[in-house]
Amino acid sequence: MLHPSHFATVLLFALFASTVFGITMRDTPRKMFRYGAYCFVLFIGSVIVFSWVMFLIAR
Amino acid sequence: MATTPNKPAAAGKPAATKKSSQGFVYLPLIAGWLIPGAGHFLLRKWIRGTLIAVSIIAMFALGLAMQGKIYTSAQDILDMLGVAGDLGNGLLYFLGRAAGWGAQPEQITVADYGTKFIVVAGLLNIIAAVDAHNLRTGRKS
Repeated sequence: MLHPSHFATVLLFALFASTVFGITMRDTPRKMFRYGAYCFVLFIGSVIVFSWVMFLIAR
Repeated sequence: MATTPNKPAAAGKPAATKKSSQGFVYLPLIAGWLIPGAGHFLLRKWIRGTLIAVSIIAMFALGLAMQGKIYTSAQDILDMLGVAGDLGNGLLYFLGRAAGWGAQPEQITVADYGTKFIVVAGLLNIIAAVDAHNLRTGRKS
């Protein structure tokens, strides 16, 4: 059985979802890569931001 | 309504349009739903199909490895949504049901992540299958 950390799970989720988003939402390989990278950064960035927000609210 | 986006392609590439109008137009959609990436493989988009297949099958497998649950019955609205998402996995879902994968109840936090992985893999597969259909009809190049 697999026991990844929460952040490792987020990284895997963002990687796979961004790959499919990039391929399906853009027409050319260059645009696909750029959009996939953009989605990946947004996934990870939003997780980090909301994690800090929840941490500060819980204090 | 579906013919309007095809008009520019028809004007620019008559031979390609004639070729793309042959055969069953929904085949990439159905194949892509049943087997992740198969819709793109049928359209000879090998790299796109491979990346889609690897991403969706890996998400499904990781979800099971995390002891995620495969939804089997729709007791309430959230379960119905879970079944709808899981069904997007196509043959992977039916294979999992037949083999009894993901049948155990969630007991740890990681298993909940796994359940979400399986649902999202199904939803991503639906997006990919629709993308294959759009490639087939000429809405997307």
